Amino acid sequence: MMTTANARPADALRADDRPVSTRTPSAGARKIGGVAGWVDDRTGAAKGVGYLMKKVFPDHWSFMLGEIAMYSMIIALISGAFLTLWFVPSMGHTVYDGSYAPLRGVEMSEAYASTLHISFDVRGGLIIRQIHHWAALMFVVAVVVHMFRVFFTGAFRKPRELNWVIGSVLALLAIVEGFSGYSLPDDLLSGTGIRAMQGFVQTAPVIGSYLVYGIFGGPFPGEAIIPRLYSAHILLLPAVIIGLFTAHILLVAIQKHTQYPGPGRTNDNVVGFPVMPVYAAKAGGFFFIVFGVIALIAAVISINPVWGYGPYDPSPVTAGSQPDWYMGFADGALRLLPGWLEFTALGYTLSLNIMPGALILLPLVYVVVGVYPFVERWITGDDREHHLLQRPRNAPVRTAIGMAGITMYSVLMFAAANDIMAIKLHMSINDITYFLRTAFFVAPFIVFWVTKRICLSLQRADRNKVLHQRESGTIIRTPEGAFFERHEGLSEYERWKLVDFEPVAPIQLEQRVDANGVEKPLTGKDRMRARLSRFYFKDAVQPVTPAELAAAHHDGHGHEAIEAGEHAGSVHR
Amino acid sequence: MNEQDTTRAGDVLPAEEFGAEAVRLDQGHVVGHGGIPEVFQNPGLPPHAPRTTDLSEAAAKRAEKQVAALFALSIVGTIVFVLAYFLVDIRATTYVPGIGVMALQHLLLGIGMAAALLGIGFGAVHWAKTLMPDEEVVEMRHPMRSSDADRAAVVQTLTDGGEAAQINRRPLIKYTLGGALGLFAVPVVLPVLGGLGPMPQKSLSLTFWNGGPSGPGEEPTFTPMRLMRDPENTPIKASDVTIGSVFHVLPEGLLDLEHGVLEEKAKAAVLLMRLDPKDIKVQKEIDWGHQGIVAYSKICTHVGCPVGLYEQGTHHLLCPCHQSTFDVTQDCKVIFGPAKRALPQLKITVDDEGYLVSAQPFREAVGPSFWERG
Ligand code: HEM
Ligand code: FES
Repeated sequence: MMTTANARPADALRADDRPVSTRTPSAGARKIGGVAGWVDDRTGAAKGVGYLMKKVFPDHWSFMLGEIAMYSMIIALISGAFLTLWFVPSMGHTVYDGSYAPLRGVEMSEAYASTLHISFDVRGGLIIRQIHHWAALMFVVAVVVHMFRVFFTGAFRKPRELNWVIGSVLALLAIVEGFSGYSLPDDLLSGTGIRAMQGFVQTAPVIGSYLVYGIFGGPFPGEAIIPRLYSAHILLLPAVIIGLFTAHILLVAIQKHTQYPGPGRTNDNVVGFPVMPVYAAKAGGFFFIVFGVIALIAAVISINPVWGYGPYDPSPVTAGSQPDWYMGFADGALRLLPGWLEFTALGYTLSLNIMPGALILLPLVYVVVGVYPFVERWITGDDREHHLLQRPRNAPVRTAIGMAGITMYSVLMFAAANDIMAIKLHMSINDITYFLRTAFFVAPFIVFWVTKRICLSLQRADRNKVLHQRESGTIIRTPEGAFFERHEGLSEYERWKLVDFEPVAPIQLEQRVDANGVEKPLTGKDRMRARLSRFYFKDAVQPVTPAELAAAHHDGHGHEAIEAGEHAGSVHR
Repeated sequence: MNEQDTTRAGDVLPAEEFGAEAVRLDQGHVVGHGGIPEVFQNPGLPPHAPRTTDLSEAAAKRAEKQVAALFALSIVGTIVFVLAYFLVDIRATTYVPGIGVMALQHLLLGIGMAAALLGIGFGAVHWAKTLMPDEEVVEMRHPMRSSDADRAAVVQTLTDGGEAAQINRRPLIKYTLGGALGLFAVPVVLPVLGGLGPMPQKSLSLTFWNGGPSGPGEEPTFTPMRLMRDPENTPIKASDVTIGSVFHVLPEGLLDLEHGVLEEKAKAAVLLMRLDPKDIKVQKEIDWGHQGIVAYSKICTHVGCPVGLYEQGTHHLLCPCHQSTFDVTQDCKVIFGPAKRALPQLKITVDDEGYLVSAQPFREAVGPSFWERG
């Protein structure tokens, strides 16, 4: 519960509300009212529901990314519940006698046999299996892209750091959930994936072999791993995911959605559409669209045709085994890490050629992602609430850091396909691997620099547009014979979008004085922070001020005003 | 929950929402010494531009028909689904240009379902966009933090509660409770950890080639074993192995096991190749083989995929998982890729009948590394 010191006369607002309909309610409405009244008599829910139905959501295409993630998760839940009716999570041996002729008479696990049964003998089974897998892939993609949106617009800033952390955990769990599901059918491809996972775990220092025997209930593959993955996949992980997701969405409602800067939008309002009816129709309709698109893809594009791979067996060779895409970066890291990183001393083996890619990378990525808001906040010292998003260009260093991170990730993704690239490009796989090893370290710096330059020039272009309006392409000749290009005016609404961001400057190192007037020495931490702040803000481009605009108009050319000087004012303290 | 203030667009918004210490970002930048004299003012929401459906009843009628058509499409989709479910044979296939042969029922169910869903979805969105109000509404925010009084009250309630329970005055209770709660994790966690699986003991370092089943606690004694074709389970004569050939091999008896076939295969799988002895560069490799026939573990020393692509020209073995490459002429040492160790060699010879047999078990653990493998 919150109390708000709010001195605004509420009546004035009410007076402006949509007029209440004075028509007598229809029979249908009365019936709804009756049922709702019954519930409300017992729960008092009307107030909360009424509040929710009037809640305002801002509209932007990039806000739909989170919705896609939410909807594909729900679709995976629904289709997954369907699959549990027939799937048998057992590695017990059986001989297949279903209707898929090529595998009839083949020995296999019950898990694999039941997956074949779902695919060939349950009506509608294949479409649901494919929907489940496509929804899972869509879920992970949407989560990741949603995360990019939040990052590049600064939506993770106070008060939303907590939700950013919850989101990072969700992204990690989504991947684990996907991997556990991918492994369930116990086909040759996914079994090879589990085999690799076993190899990863076995390399953990000191306890590796104990971990493996614990996870597999004995020697690999054993008979325990599928039932265990199953309970993780359909019970433990979904429970945690749903719990975190609920917290995530509640926080969005409590904190209200952020919005992009624009005319009429401020840091303490939300401009958009109320849930009833517009947002409900759009968001509800969008659920059906996402579901429909997944169903369409599932109808025509085959995914994970497990019958083609055969049952898992540790000895046959799987050519070109590829995990689902979200595991690609870890797989790529494993391909890039050179073998000489394995060391043996005093009879013990430390496999630094495997551990970093297999056991450390995944959690590490999400730890780095999770702490970013706190790092940025420490550097900027900004303790205010932010509800207006930033255009990515207006935070050039953050945008560049994000792009550098994506670059590292992409290099690893490419590395996971080094064999395919070698074949397709007719290049030696050795050369590609050496190239990617170098690229992993060099490319992020290049991308950082290029992205930052692009952001700064976009910002300058914005300034230019405000100061010199828009070039119309019309050249006008004055009576004196001079030529100039006619500039069209920006409306104040268009201009506002270009100037509504904060001027920033690096924090200055100041000698601090304590209560007794004694100078406190600068600590290494202070210096570090000042250095980082310079790194973030030293070449920040500032928004145009009315004074600059006036000056630019005054003197028709006014080019010197394009780049504003450094403002000594320190917003970020 | 915050109280809700919904105002119509264009209202004048109160400025004092965030109190004196917070900064109004929309209204102005914080001006430091020598800073900006003045900033642009937020112009407020632009005037609302009506849609054609707001202006013309005919356009609105047209939109209504479009929405209805989309909902009707959804109904048709559901009918297609139901008909396909009952009438189409589950084994019937059809050819789809660009895709290939597909299960007909699967295709129709999917398309019917997609139409049923997309009809509803696009219908609802089109309805919202054309006929529902498109004037934006403004809702106010409030700072997230509770008032100081509320915060203090929570702290007070907590301290009062502790006080009333006398937790600080009775350390005996405080510490025993802490201990009991802390230890209660044990009955929850112990059965899980204890029951997960057996200790590995030596089993990661043993294989079926040691003389039989090699699970935890088993101590096979070595006897020479025939090399058997996988999966035919037939013995191999040295004369069958011509130069350039590769055989997938398992130890005799493994495929006849009642239990643990896959577990033993995962360690004992072997590749058998014959090279011209002149091409072999390592004396041990020649000594452990038989006239240029050599046997190596098939389990990659990286993370354990079966190594299986043999390039006859170069005598390289390639692992399909992460492209580790092993040179068979150099005792299967790693010449490229992320693996560190050579594939372990199995010493072989021939028995009286001319069949290939093992001469000793593997001398080191096969497969991926682990801490105590030595
Ligand atoms: C929300 C995230 C989820 C993700 C990312 C996910 C992912 C996957 C994947 C990739 C597969 C392999 C499917 C295949 O190609 O055959 C799978 C299988 C399976 N999933 Fe899920 N899943 C999710 C949720 C659920 C839930 C909530 C359930 C049950 C209530 C479930 C039940 C199953 C079952 C029974 C299978 C094996 C059946 C089969 O493969 O045909 N899943 N999952
Ligand atoms: S498992 Fe063979 S290279 Fe990774």
